[in-house]
Amino acid sequence: MADENGILLECRKVSKLFGDEGKTQQVLQMIRDGVGKDEIQSQLGAVVGVREASFDVKRGEFFVIMGLSGSGKSTLIRTLIRLIDPTDGEIIVDGEDITKLSEEGMRNVRRNKTAMVFQHYGLLPHKTVFENAEYGLRTRGISQTERREKAQSAIERVGLKGWENYRPSALSGGMQQRVGLARALAHDPVILLMDEPFSGLDPLIRRQMQQEFGRLQEQEDLTTILVTHDLDEALMLGDRIAIMRDGEIIQIATPDELVTNPADDYVASFVEGASPARFLVARSIMSEDPITVRDGDSAESAMNLMRERKIWSVFIVDGSGKVQGVTSWDAVQRAAQSGSGTLTTSTSGVRKPTTCDPGMSIDELFPLVLNTRHPVAVLGERDEVEGMITKNMLLEALAHDIDYDEDEVEAPSANGAGTTEQANTEVPSV
Amino acid sequence: MFNEFPETIEIDLRTRVNDAIDWLLSTFGGVFDFIAAVIRTVLLNLEDVLTWLPWPVVLLFIAVMAWFATRNVMNTVVLTALMVMIGMFGYYELAMITLAIIIAAVFISFIIGLPIGILAAQSDKADSVIRPLLDGAQTMPAFVYLIPALMFFGLGRVPAVIATVTYAVPPLIRLTNLGIRTVTQSAIEAATAYGATPRQILRDVQLPLALPTIMAGVNQTTMMALAMVVIASMIGAEGLGQEVLLAINRIDPGRGFEAGLCIVALAVIIDRITQGFADQYKESIS
Repeated sequence: MADENGILLECRKVSKLFGDEGKTQQVLQMIRDGVGKDEIQSQLGAVVGVREASFDVKRGEFFVIMGLSGSGKSTLIRTLIRLIDPTDGEIIVDGEDITKLSEEGMRNVRRNKTAMVFQHYGLLPHKTVFENAEYGLRTRGISQTERREKAQSAIERVGLKGWENYRPSALSGGMQQRVGLARALAHDPVILLMDEPFSGLDPLIRRQMQQEFGRLQEQEDLTTILVTHDLDEALMLGDRIAIMRDGEIIQIATPDELVTNPADDYVASFVEGASPARFLVARSIMSEDPITVRDGDSAESAMNLMRERKIWSVFIVDGSGKVQGVTSWDAVQRAAQSGSGTLTTSTSGVRKPTTCDPGMSIDELFPLVLNTRHPVAVLGERDEVEGMITKNMLLEALAHDIDYDEDEVEAPSANGAGTTEQANTEVPSV
Repeated sequence: MFNEFPETIEIDLRTRVNDAIDWLLSTFGGVFDFIAAVIRTVLLNLEDVLTWLPWPVVLLFIAVMAWFATRNVMNTVVLTALMVMIGMFGYYELAMITLAIIIAAVFISFIIGLPIGILAAQSDKADSVIRPLLDGAQTMPAFVYLIPALMFFGLGRVPAVIATVTYAVPPLIRLTNLGIRTVTQSAIEAATAYGATPRQILRDVQLPLALPTIMAGVNQTTMMALAMVVIASMIGAEGLGQEVLLAINRIDPGRGFEAGLCIVALAVIIDRITQGFADQYKESIS
């Protein structure tokens, strides 16, 4: 079913015009000739909502469409399931050009492949939370037992257990949006479309919902297309971001490319205020060559390494490479002068290290780094030391003109959010 | 010379209308007989049930409905007292007969009005045809409806119900149309996004959300039907309307006042109870 490249959704030169239908061909020709939006509007009275938008979304990707209001982003996401019919172009969903489908064919796509979350929730006010959550399954004609099971599980995943029999009006905005999310999850979509789902919420709830959603997206392995006007949200959640202006996509890039290498002045001014803290993660700022020594190695050799590399901390690892301790130059020197001359976890001055996940965001790293005198160890998949982060590195990262290898920058997927608790419990008492 | 309009350019509409009615009667006589039979059966059964019910049961029923509709002791007492007043004037049985006509007329109006309202809401073309017809119907004097009813169905209760339906159905059609058209677009969009068919959208989203407006339409239809039963008494509708008519004929203002008051009381009872339920539903979905 899927493309070899794993491309799940493909937009090819999608345009949407509003206005006199008789002039459609004329307007499309003007678009192809590169005539500007304002000129088309003044000459023919047609409004160009979306202009030759092309992009593709890979399976499992989190794709963000960002722009200010009136940029056409909400129109674009609606054309993807033909809530608004595109005037021109092709939209290929899971190998099928949906612009050529009949009404019935389109309904099948909506029933089986996509689900959507709306800015104003789009809940049915006369139905209960439970009935809303199962609505998508109902249109599909799924049996009651299966509906019940799926809807209930979705409601629990978004944390609304106990609210099943309330009407939406009894719930706060944040909770109503969870219902919208539960409805989408119960639908079990291949592609999840979200139209500014968090923008109607107050700032505190918004952050919380964004983080929860990031975690959920990770767990459910969803392919998501999110529309937003909130840059921080885009940088935090998106694997790739498309910036729209006047109906046109002007740049598609990963969050760090966008900040470090904006396509034009518009994008640059857009991302100017972006805090690197929103998209940089532990892996992108760590030093990749921390000094590690085996438990029981000689302190003398550790000192040589430290002098040679001018790094004044050392991690002690066990036979399988798992990190056991961390210490500084002073303690190593003392150990060298002491009886055995070896470094072990029980040597005085050796501490249990603070550790973190490579995907952890800078926001979350701060308390960890500030709470210890030693560098924080960044652990790989098998708990081996992948890198380390010192206070200086953290400050340099925030100073914008950091020098890091682009390949090493992990997309700011929300795995950081998911591991907060785990990391916090490992903070040693220093 | 211009004091008299020339007869040579007169349009003889009345002959044509009469001819058309004659033609309709002779061609579709069976259809009219069938409609009349159905309405008569419904009406007679309703009347039988309502007049058979012991009056304390009716009072209790009104009290219970009033309580659940308004959740207010004062309203419950007043509405029940109004029914007691009707009984004390000696019009209890006539009120039940009137009620039977009203219920039958509103029921038939609903059966006819709802689909037409839905049609008008879903097609702008249908709306543009139906709207002027409704405008015309509502500006037409109520008496005019008596004539075709009389022509097709003769004298009696059945033409009274038909005339009442014709007079009372426009607000229901209008408000059904309005209610469906003003359903929030976001709910419809969401249902569409989850693959709902137009029929599912109508059933799951539009009708439930338009219900408060449709209920307001039913309420208006009921009130218009109450007004019409007085006029319809001229072609043989029994009940309170006939009392008013008799009072006029016999120049008995006291009798007319009593009967009129009873009609008002009936209107208030029905209005408060139906509106109460409508408001409750509206609150629960907003």
